This record gives sequence, structure tokens and C-alpha cells, in this order.
Amino acid sequence: MRVYLDNNATTIIDPKVFAKMKPYFIQEYGNPNSLHDFGTKTHVALKKAMNQLYIGLNADDKDDIVITSCATESNNWILKSIYYDHILNCKKNHIITTKVEHPSVISTCKFLETLGVEVTYLPVNKKGIIETHVLESHITDKTALVSIMWVNNQTGMIFPIKEISQICKKANVLFHSDAVQAVGKIPINLKEIDIDFLSFSAHKFHGPKGVGGLFIKNSQALTPLLHGGEHMGGRRSGTLNVPGIIGMGEALELSIENFNSKNSNIKKLRDTLEDEILKLDDVFVVGDKNERTPNTILVSLKGVEGEAMIWDLNKNGIAASTGSACASEFLESNSVMDAIGAEKNLAHTALRLSLSHFTTKEEIDYTVKKLNSAVKRLRAISSTYSYAPNWHESKL
Amino acid sequence: MAKNDLIGDSIWEQYSKKVQDLMNNPENMGEITEEETQKKGLKLVVADFGAESCGDAVRLYWAVDEKTDTIKDVKFKSFGCGTAIASSDTMAKLCKNKTVDEAVKITNIDVEFAMRDNPDTPAVPPQKMHCSVMAYDVIKAAAASYKGVDIDSFENEIIVCECARVSLGTIKEVIKINDLNTVEEITSYTKAGAFCKSCIKPGGHEEKKYYLVDILRDTRKEMKIKKMSDLADARILKKSSELSFDDFTVVQKLKAVEDVIDKDIRPMLIMDGGNLEILDIKDSDDGSIDIYIRYLGACSGCASSSTGTLFSIESILQENCSKKIRVLPI
Repeated sequence: MRVYLDNNATTIIDPKVFAKMKPYFIQEYGNPNSLHDFGTKTHVALKKAMNQLYIGLNADDKDDIVITSCATESNNWILKSIYYDHILNCKKNHIITTKVEHPSVISTCKFLETLGVEVTYLPVNKKGIIETHVLESHITDKTALVSIMWVNNQTGMIFPIKEISQICKKANVLFHSDAVQAVGKIPINLKEIDIDFLSFSAHKFHGPKGVGGLFIKNSQALTPLLHGGEHMGGRRSGTLNVPGIIGMGEALELSIENFNSKNSNIKKLRDTLEDEILKLDDVFVVGDKNERTPNTILVSLKGVEGEAMIWDLNKNGIAASTGSACASEFLESNSVMDAIGAEKNLAHTALRLSLSHFTTKEEIDYTVKKLNSAVKRLRAISSTYSYAPNWHESKL
Repeated sequence: MAKNDLIGDSIWEQYSKKVQDLMNNPENMGEITEEETQKKGLKLVVADFGAESCGDAVRLYWAVDEKTDTIKDVKFKSFGCGTAIASSDTMAKLCKNKTVDEAVKITNIDVEFAMRDNPDTPAVPPQKMHCSVMAYDVIKAAAASYKGVDIDSFENEIIVCECARVSLGTIKEVIKINDLNTVEEITSYTKAGAFCKSCIKPGGHEEKKYYLVDILRDTRKEMKIKKMSDLADARILKKSSELSFDDFTVVQKLKAVEDVIDKDIRPMLIMDGGNLEILDIKDSDDGSIDIYIRYLGACSGCASSSTGTLFSIESILQENCSKKIRVLPI
């Protein structure tokens, strides 16, 4: 059996989405900017897709949803353009973000620091979320932008975006949210929540890889990241990724149908899996079920190192992920785990399981079984649960 | 960076078959109890290294025959990734039937080598070399406990890079001998910093006492001071002819020029009721060394001061110090 429980990393393309995309690879492959029929035949589908995105995010027609290649591009664009438009040669010189953002935000901010920008990286509390009073205390008249993720990728914790947007409005500071883990998983209503910029990516909600977007409130001015032709109204150059855009629109519409559907069992299955895991001794799940996206569990299994755990699960065909430092190429400790702080051991014993609406009951039952035997095996090996004579002074 | 780095290999694909097998079925995993060793007339040694909060921890059990100091049985328990488990297991195997003194000589490099499928291919990717270090450290901890000595007594030099076991002395020596200027050069000469990278600069996997960036900076500074003091010594020993005036520091140039002026120029000027002072020495963009002077006393206003006198001052300095000297009266 193969079970995919790493949907916060990427997702399967919904076959219905793929079916909509296919003709635009092999039949209507023209460049939408061309004058001939090969090009113009794509327009109806592209406009439909854009409409699906506007509906999906509940964006106003006055707003822009500019298609990019991925959320990394969207995040780079907003941060670098805030530097060009609001910091360079201006009086403002400060960006506020968090310690638990995606590397595309953190690394871009680190780069901006080398250009003289002051960046504040807000800590999260033990639950793994930002406390709004901490944000408030860091906003000054030099602050050009606040950039805070909607949902954390590791924990699935939903940040208080509405309150944060209100604080930013009151302080007259621009607000950007990296909503990669939120869009397609929870309702997003950009008419209700006042956000200036929002990044998202199709492959996190059963769309294709290589396409994402940046929402820009009221079509406000922003220096482009990619200069070139007149694509996307001149905001983002590069030949339009026609099948990608069509796929993203369709995928967002389907995701929303899915989480609005009474038949959706993603949360039920996630909760079943979580309850089964919690039956084990010495386990700890980050955050309350209702404060998280309905698909994510980040669990710490005492005495079981994360990479060893995903090795054992992988042997059984189960894909999961770990926040463990050991599994990363550079052995860097995980920022979310460090930020949560309370349980230092969590940094090395964390297992992230992220479901999708394609996950089945059978898959969850199978996972529970295999996960239990992996924990049993690895705890039998673990020094954390080992014998010592009474004269031995443990140093572990 | 090049073709092979652009789409990196998964770390798991780089584990040897032996490592993978040991991860799945460690052979020496387990415990030795006090009861068992007492029955066999052996001494139980238990040693710990690492901590769960660091990501790696191992507990090592030895059953030692005290008459011969021989390790009769070895078991381990390990918290860590698969390579940590495999390294601990291999370390346990290597200890078996060795004397305690022999066991202490086993290093992490031996452990890694024993896990290779073939002698030329590393058993683990570079960043995982670190896992074998703990296997080495816990042997020392066990031996220290058995002998009742301090763990540091087994290490007689300061090891900066534990993965590749490169000492502080070696690193300083290669920097000096090969005139190295970057950490990358140190790594390519010694392999220090090629594995888990913790020893390169603060902020890596573990905190270190010595970092390559600091060692490089301090050694370069030492080298610069040494060079300056060598130059100064040479001057005192009147060996300045062996050294190039052009390489002197500004202060050294000034002193050398002053010496020549005092000895060969000033007496000549004083006889005519004049003198000069040096205002500045500068390396000019066209490659010459410009010495700015001001005439004093009778010299100032003397017709010859910008022709014959100037010419002879310049030639004396050129002859004694450097052909590049140009004298500019202000």
C-alpha cells in the first residue's frame, strides 16, 4: 500500500484539474498574446480561470491577482518591491515578519538586511502562533511592511490574520500574508479581511506545480520583479503558463467545493489519526485541533528521532515529513520547533502528517498500524528508554 | 556548483547498503544487565553520550574481563537517525574482543570505513559523517569510566573538525605553509569543514570551541605580524639590501628614508646653512614612490633647490632605497 501524508509539501493534481489542463498542452497551445486563432482560442479559458481565482479568494474586481511561477516568486516580488518603492530613497526602513516564515520570506528578508533594511523577526508563543500585542509593540513610523503567514506549514496553526490586518490598517502599514498553506484548505475572504498582498501556490491545493499568484489590493503600484513584455497588464512579464493558470483556477474552485461539502471527511480522518496517535505514551501534538488547518498533525514522539521515523514509515510505503534537523541537508535546526521552544526535544522527535481530501479511511487505518509498530521498534532501539544499573549516573 | 549539484541526491540514496541494513536490523542493539555480568564474573561498564535534545544520544554497555582488560560483550541503545543507529552498531562490533586500550584507538573514521560497501565510496553523505563521531566519543566515555580517568585524557591535541579529525595545529600549519586565504581552501587541503560543517562558523549543527573562520582570521593576523617583525629584524641587522624597500610599510619607508637623509644628505645641506623635512610618503598610482619634502633655512629660495640639489637628493635616495623614488619639494 502507498499512502501519501505529505500534502503540506505538495499534492497530487486532481484528475479533474488535469483533464481541464490537457487540451492546452496539445491542442490550444498558442501564445495568448498572438493575434491568430491559436493564441486567442486560449482567452475564454484563461478568463474563466481568473474568474475562478477571484471568486475563490473573494477578491474585488478592482484588485489584481497576478499570476506568478510560484509562491517563492510572489514572496520575493512583494518584499523586494517594498524595498524599491517604500524604503529606497524613502523615510521608511523597517519590515516586520516572523521567525517561522517559509525560507522564501526569511532568506529574502536576510538579503534585504544586507542592503540596510531593518527586519524584525517576531517569535511565536508555545502554541506556535503570533501574539498580536507583540506585533503591535514592534510597529513604528519607520515600518514599511508587515509580512506574516496565514497558516504555518509545519504545525498547520492558523494565525490571527484578521486581527493582524486590523492592527496594520490602524497603524497605516502595508500588510502581506504568505497564504500558501491556507488557500484551498480554509475559507479566504479578501473582501472581509483587509490585506494588501497575498501569496499562494497551485500545487498545494491539487493544482499543477510551477504556477502561483500574488493578490494586490486595489491594484496598487508595485515595481515588477520580472521586467519584459506586456503580460499580466505589464505587472509580471513572461509568456502566460496557459495550462497552469487554467489548472490553478479549476483546482481552487474544486478545493472550495470540497471543504464546503458535507461529505468532506478530511478533518474526520485527521482527527481519527490524531486520536489513535494520542493513545501512545509520551506523545505531544502541537496546537488544538480547531486552531489548525483540518489536514495537519505535528506530533512529537518521545525517544523516536524524526528521520528514523520517516525511514520506517517509508519502508511501509507511507510518505510523511519531519521537522527534524537531521533530515535536512544542512542539519540546521528547525525554526518552528526552536520558536515553540517549550519542548526542546520536539526539534528532533517531530513527525508531520498532512492529509488531503484524497486520503481514505483504509489509508489511515493502515498508517495507524504501521506507525504503531515503527514507534515500538524505534523505542526498543532508543537510548531514551534503555536500562541502566542503579549506580549509573545518566547523562542522557 | 555544477551540473550534479543542481538537482541534489536524496541523502538516503547516498547511504551504503551496509548502513541501510544496519538501520533496519542493528546487530548489537540491546542491553547488558548487572545480573548477567555478575554471573559471568565480568565488570559492567555503562557510558552515555549526546542527548535527545541535541538529536543524537547513545548508551554503550561493555562487559569487561578485568584480568585481561578485554571487552567480552558489547551492546548499545541509540536515539538518533538511521545513520546514528548504524554507526553505533558498527562501533559496538568493532569494540568486541578488543582490550580497552585498543578500543580507545577506534575513531569515527574507522567506523565510517567499516560501513562502506566498497573502499572507495563513502558509507554516508558528508553531512551525516557527524553521526559516527558520537560512536567514537562514547567509546572514550566508556574507557574513561572503566579506568576512572577523565575523558579528555584520551585526546592529546585539540580537534577542530571532529568528522575528519583535523587538529588545530594542522589547520594553522597548512594556512601558513600554503598561504591560504579562504575557508574553502582549508577544506580542500585538510577536509576540515567538509562534512557536517559545524566547525566552519557559529550557528551550525553544534556549538564548537574553535571555528575555521576564526582560526583563519587569527592565523592570517599572526602571519602579518610575523612578516612585519621579520622586516624590522632584517633592518636592524642591516640586511635591508636583501629586502625590497618597496614592500616596507609606510613607517618603515619613512625610517629608511630618514636614515639616508641623516647620513648622506642633511650634513651637506647644513654646511650651506639649510635643511629639509619630510612631509609625506605616498605610493602613487603610476607606480612611483613619492616623497614630499620642504626645504628649510638657506635652502628655501635657493636656485639650485629645484635643480642640482634636488637631483642629487633624489639620486642618493634612489641608490640607497628604491629606484622608484621621486622627490617632490613643496
